[in-house]
Amino acid sequence: MIPLQLYLLLGAALFCLGLYGALARRNAIAILIGVELMLNAVNINLVAFWRYIKPASPAFDLAGQVFALFVITLAAAEAAIGLALVIAIYRSRDTVNVEDVNLLKW
Amino acid sequence: MTADQFLTNVVFFLLAAVALVGAVFAVTLKNLVRSALGLILSFMAVAGIYFVLEAEFIAIVQVLIYVGAISILILFAIMLTRGLMRGEESANNSQWIGAAGIAAVLFGALGAIVLGTNWQAAQTALKGDLIPKLGAELVTIYVLPFEAVSLLLLAALIGAFVIARE
Repeated sequence: MIPLQLYLLLGAALFCLGLYGALARRNAIAILIGVELMLNAVNINLVAFWRYIKPASPAFDLAGQVFALFVITLAAAEAAIGLALVIAIYRSRDTVNVEDVNLLKW
Repeated sequence: MTADQFLTNVVFFLLAAVALVGAVFAVTLKNLVRSALGLILSFMAVAGIYFVLEAEFIAIVQVLIYVGAISILILFAIMLTRGLMRGEESANNSQWIGAAGIAAVLFGALGAIVLGTNWQAAQTALKGDLIPKLGAELVTIYVLPFEAVSLLLLAALIGAFVIARE
């Protein structure tokens, strides 16, 4: 049996890689790729907890999987809105470099 | 350790390695199309991890939505905004060293917490067919969050259409 800790470590490693991508990249789409990796890493944790730890009430046996499904739905909504914003910025400012998008900067 | 457990361990470590390598490609490669392909590799490996965890429905949904929809959306966006990042010396901004430091410190902290906690965890055998139960629970005890998330998807759909329209 694989210990729970290994799944959690894998999730943590993927989350930190995604965080690095979201903070360090210049291209707005690359930042979205980092955010998707972070959401995916959280899902590994949710499903691993579902498999290894049983809730006190049997009515919520599948809570971990349901949470993971909702996170996947939110990731889809986030990707659609984020990429729509990127394309709108590209149309009006001819760039996807987040350092050049400083309209709201004082 | 029986042969069955050994096989499970080998599969898990292979999938974990592929997921991490794909993620490293996704956040470091300069060519964005390659970085999106690394992301797809990582998503597929994570779907395999869900199969190891016996969450078959989540694994299939992962392939359908992450690999099938989100990755394709990202590739489309890359192709629609193409040719901009060429000739630039770096794909990273000036704060990338700080970002790497923050990510490393966070991983160290999370790893210390994971390894330092005494988890009361054990795999118990799953009983029966869980997918019909999951479907029934989504429209009974989880019906309110289910409706809320469907409203959110509708709002995101309309919002994306309005924002990206010419």
